[in-house]
Amino acid sequence: MELESTQEWVVQAHDLTKVYRMGDQKVYALAGVSVGIAPSEVVAIMGPSGSGKSTLMNILGCLDRPTSGEYSLDGEPVSKLRDERLARIRNRKVGFVFQSFNLLTRHTALENVELPMRYAGQVKGSRERARAALEAVGLGDRTGHRPTELSGGQQQRVAIARALVNDPAILMADEPTGALDSRSGREVMELLLKMNTERGTTLILVTHDANVASYARRTIHLRDGQVVEEGVQ
Amino acid sequence: MNAGQLIREAFRSLFANKLRSLLTILGIVIGVASVIAMVSLGRGVQGSLNSQFAGMGSSLLNVMPMPNPTIPNPQPLTLGDIEALSNPYNVSAVSGVAASLSQAGLAGYGSRESSVTIFGVTANYTTMNGYKLIEGRFLSEEDVLGQGTVAVLGSQTARKLFDRQRGIVGEVIRLQGQPYRVVGVLETRGSATFGLSAGDGSILVPLSTAQTRLLPQPVRDQVAQIDVLISHPDALDEATEQIKQVLRVRHETPVGVEDFYVFAPKQLLDSLNQMTNVLTIFLGGVAAISLLVGGIGIMNIMLVSVTERTREIGLRKALGASRRDILLQFLAESIVLSLVGGLLGILAGWLIGIGINMVAQSSGSDLTITMNFSAVLLATAFSSAIGIFFGFYPANRAANLTPVEALRSE
Repeated sequence: MELESTQEWVVQAHDLTKVYRMGDQKVYALAGVSVGIAPSEVVAIMGPSGSGKSTLMNILGCLDRPTSGEYSLDGEPVSKLRDERLARIRNRKVGFVFQSFNLLTRHTALENVELPMRYAGQVKGSRERARAALEAVGLGDRTGHRPTELSGGQQQRVAIARALVNDPAILMADEPTGALDSRSGREVMELLLKMNTERGTTLILVTHDANVASYARRTIHLRDGQVVEEGVQ
Repeated sequence: MNAGQLIREAFRSLFANKLRSLLTILGIVIGVASVIAMVSLGRGVQGSLNSQFAGMGSSLLNVMPMPNPTIPNPQPLTLGDIEALSNPYNVSAVSGVAASLSQAGLAGYGSRESSVTIFGVTANYTTMNGYKLIEGRFLSEEDVLGQGTVAVLGSQTARKLFDRQRGIVGEVIRLQGQPYRVVGVLETRGSATFGLSAGDGSILVPLSTAQTRLLPQPVRDQVAQIDVLISHPDALDEATEQIKQVLRVRHETPVGVEDFYVFAPKQLLDSLNQMTNVLTIFLGGVAAISLLVGGIGIMNIMLVSVTERTREIGLRKALGASRRDILLQFLAESIVLSLVGGLLGILAGWLIGIGINMVAQSSGSDLTITMNFSAVLLATAFSSAIGIFFGFYPANRAANLTPVEALRSE
């Protein structure tokens, strides 16, 4: 795929590789992947396990660095950044939603949502913003609850509120419905899309579930570390 | 995250594992408590030694006769010796010389009797040895010159004979069956005197009176002990040599043998202090080892905690926590652990001190253990240093986890 520099991409990755060493052997988790994602787009990354989709998600989400290749997130080249800068990028520009929610169990919903703002060094007004974020996902009346007191769907909503509270450029959802029953799964997907439309946050779905991928307008299929197919619905 | 948030988070995660946290800080509690108890005990022993020796004066030398089998005719200490020692040409730093004789005896008032130590003393004896009066006056030069039958009572003697320590001046007591008029009562000194000076259970009479009337065999000009006051403690060694020189010449003893002995209470005190210092450091050091073990306990539990919470660390990193954020988070936990342990340890050490005091009091010893501020400071500083030192490795390990690996862990 040709990346046109004139177009505004929020995610612009060119020829990404990720190589792991297994003894003497080099294993290519990513073997030259180029991806461009426009602002406000909803994209699904699909592929069987071992296809490199988790590796791609980690790199796009700034959790990991590519072995080679260029990657710019929201106009900022990030592929060569040091750990501390990368942590700041994650904090400001990336929101994560995980399959298993990953909420801090000893903290209330409100405190969980506040956490990214704390790491941003923001103290003033963080409580109010966290409350607003919870209201936006329909949990305004559950702010004082701990994750164990919430249903799976509710927990994932808290996670979505947490992911969006710092107004990121992209929202990465890794199998967001994988631990939910179909009804709450559907609700969570609808919420994610609603946030995408209302806020214009780019949504990247990483999944092997065709059902989830069907919410995306574009699907990127990976296999053996390479893009094998791109489909636009 | 700011410091307040860090500390709150630390308390929260420590509270989540109450029993574990409690057991972990126990090591620090015991360590700090024993360091404080040991150091306070050492200081207490030193304090009680010092107060016992305080009565002796730090720039005083006691000269006593010492029979020596190699000397055919040992000489007693005499009034002539006193005069010679008083001469600044002989002893350059001398600022006073007093003399005394002591003799066990029986004192009586009305139907009461009490065994006492009778001290025949020169008029300057009381002021030179730093005695203070509850009432009345000390013995005077006139009392000594006129062989007066007057007495100054030690506080304990006064209590035994009169059940009180005031309103006694003017009363007449019996001493070895003879009447003596009380002219003064001494303040309680409380300290042991080791027989080197008059204690609370003594009666002081003029030296001349004791020589002629109270000893079983009257002596004309002999004394049992000469106290030489030196103008400055630094001159003690020089003065000791000069005193020996004067007495050797006067007693005509061969070179290298003496029929007297010069004793410096301060030197004894100094070496005792040195011994207790060494002992305190030793005991404190042994106690500090348990603090070290406590620190290792903290490190161990923090390592477990990091392993258990790898996923949480990964999540926090995904949300934007920097290396420093994670490092501080775990460091805060270990510091909170060791500081709380330290504070409880201080409390426990203080209680141990009170316990020792109670035991000491009920057994009649005058050992008082005071909570030593520097020991508290040291224990607090040491325990937080242990928190940082032993917490750093686990915290660093947590901080260095890569987010991808940490998130992948179960």
